[in-house]
Amino acid sequence: MKIKAIALNTFKEAIRDRILYLLFFFAAVSVIFSRVLAVLTVGDRVKIVKDVGLASISLFGVLMAVMIGTGLVYKEIDKKTIYTLISKPIRRFEFLLGKFFGLVLTLLIMTSLMSLIFLLTVFFHTFKIEAGLLLAVLFIFIELILITAVAILFSCFSTPILSSLFSLSFFLIGHFSWSLETLIQKTKSAPLKLFIQALYALLPDLENFNFKTEVVYGLTVLPKYYLFSALYGLAYTAFILTLAVLIFKRRDFV
Amino acid sequence: MAAVLKVENLHKSFKVGFIPKKREILKGISFSVEAGEIFGYLGPNGAGKTTTLKCTLGLIFPDQGQIEIFGHSHLSLEAKERIGYLPESPYFYEYLTGGEFLDFYARLFLLGKKEKEERIRSLLRLVGLERAARLQLRKFSRGMLQRIGLAQALINDPELVFLDEPLGGLDPLGRKELRDIIIRLKREGKTIFLCSHILQDIEMICDRVAILVGGRVISQGALEALVSEKILYTEVTLSGLSESDLEGLGEPVSSHGDRIMLKVFQEDNIERLVALVQDKKARIHSLVPRTETLEDIFVEMVRQG
Repeated sequence: MKIKAIALNTFKEAIRDRILYLLFFFAAVSVIFSRVLAVLTVGDRVKIVKDVGLASISLFGVLMAVMIGTGLVYKEIDKKTIYTLISKPIRRFEFLLGKFFGLVLTLLIMTSLMSLIFLLTVFFHTFKIEAGLLLAVLFIFIELILITAVAILFSCFSTPILSSLFSLSFFLIGHFSWSLETLIQKTKSAPLKLFIQALYALLPDLENFNFKTEVVYGLTVLPKYYLFSALYGLAYTAFILTLAVLIFKRRDFV
Repeated sequence: MAAVLKVENLHKSFKVGFIPKKREILKGISFSVEAGEIFGYLGPNGAGKTTTLKCTLGLIFPDQGQIEIFGHSHLSLEAKERIGYLPESPYFYEYLTGGEFLDFYARLFLLGKKEKEERIRSLLRLVGLERAARLQLRKFSRGMLQRIGLAQALINDPELVFLDEPLGGLDPLGRKELRDIIIRLKREGKTIFLCSHILQDIEMICDRVAILVGGRVISQGALEALVSEKILYTEVTLSGLSESDLEGLGEPVSSHGDRIMLKVFQEDNIERLVALVQDKKARIHSLVPRTETLEDIFVEMVRQG
């Protein structure tokens, strides 16, 4: 109940933040612009519209999560609004979870709106409502949940600029870490292999949430892969949030 | 009377600078606040007043020492259910309206819908902000922020209220109104913990005070016990005499035209002065004996401390 109150307040804060609308505007422009790109392309134009649309939702969603998420906790400490909050009967983890869920709610609404624009753009191209595309959006959203947790983790101990850099690095590393798998197969030295394996286990693999190609090209994916990706996302989010709570629990608000 | 707040041997230090250097802010603070009193916590800037408050409210963790609120640990939810806090120069969620702001804090205490609405209405009335319920906090003046801050501190009808510099930044009228509210809260049986620099206000309303200098409580007790009734000097304003006439009778403070103000330290000098005035057909405009004030004691203690 207390988490809900903080989450709703965070939601109010986020939707009254101008940066959200700026990013939303660019996301919408980018999705609609995919039609122009499609006209200029030789080949399957519908696929271009879908590809660019999904990539835009992912990119602008991440930017929203990072730019708002990294400021959420920091601003409370910097503006000292946290003083009155912590003196109320709430536990510190409730505060942090409230912030997290508030931003997740904001992202849910923004992703839904972006998806609507995306589906409409596709509809004007194919005259079909392709709800199957939403499966790819669902996993983009799971990735956004994880990125939100990461942004909040960094926000607990760092300034928004540094936190944004760290969070975007997490996003980039996460999308390239799959190449470590190839490296593991090619490495001959056993200790080095072990090290890379440990690194791969620790680093996020955000490609697990990338079902864009499969959805756009209509490839079949076994349900267990979807299930694995969803569980991976939730477990990683829980791990990051636990870290954030541990750091936040010991913080002095000077 | 039972102690509602007990602080024992509180120590806190911070690491400051690029190459961290330990700076001890609180050096073993102990005091207790009794139920139903207004307790003044005084000290010059940097003495550690706000640090003590932050430790008490669980914003920072002390290195050593114990804090109990209503017999519970200060970090427990049981203790926090019964306290209210108005921080110094309050910063609030400026994107919220006055009503939304109080509604948010009421939710943290899990108040029922009806109770919540009633509480918000009566608090807005108490602090005189009924008309600002739909105005965003970013449009509030500093005085209005202070008032809405007080309203949020009282949202749970607390038994113990912590006020950090509540009168700072307010105009004289605002200060009087806030002072009246504090006295009213006391009458309702609440205990008030008041940090302030404005000593006249403290003197007017506090029952007991603790004076903090350099991270140590150097004096505490009932205000009457600290401030004596002894007359320090008498301030006399007169006209019709020249400064040379007054030599040896007192210390001239100022003169405007014919009027001279002087401090007279000995009682027999006053009698001599009155006789001189009668003799020279001059005029006394005022004669005010000055007793010791909290400010005098405070300045003296800070100097010694």
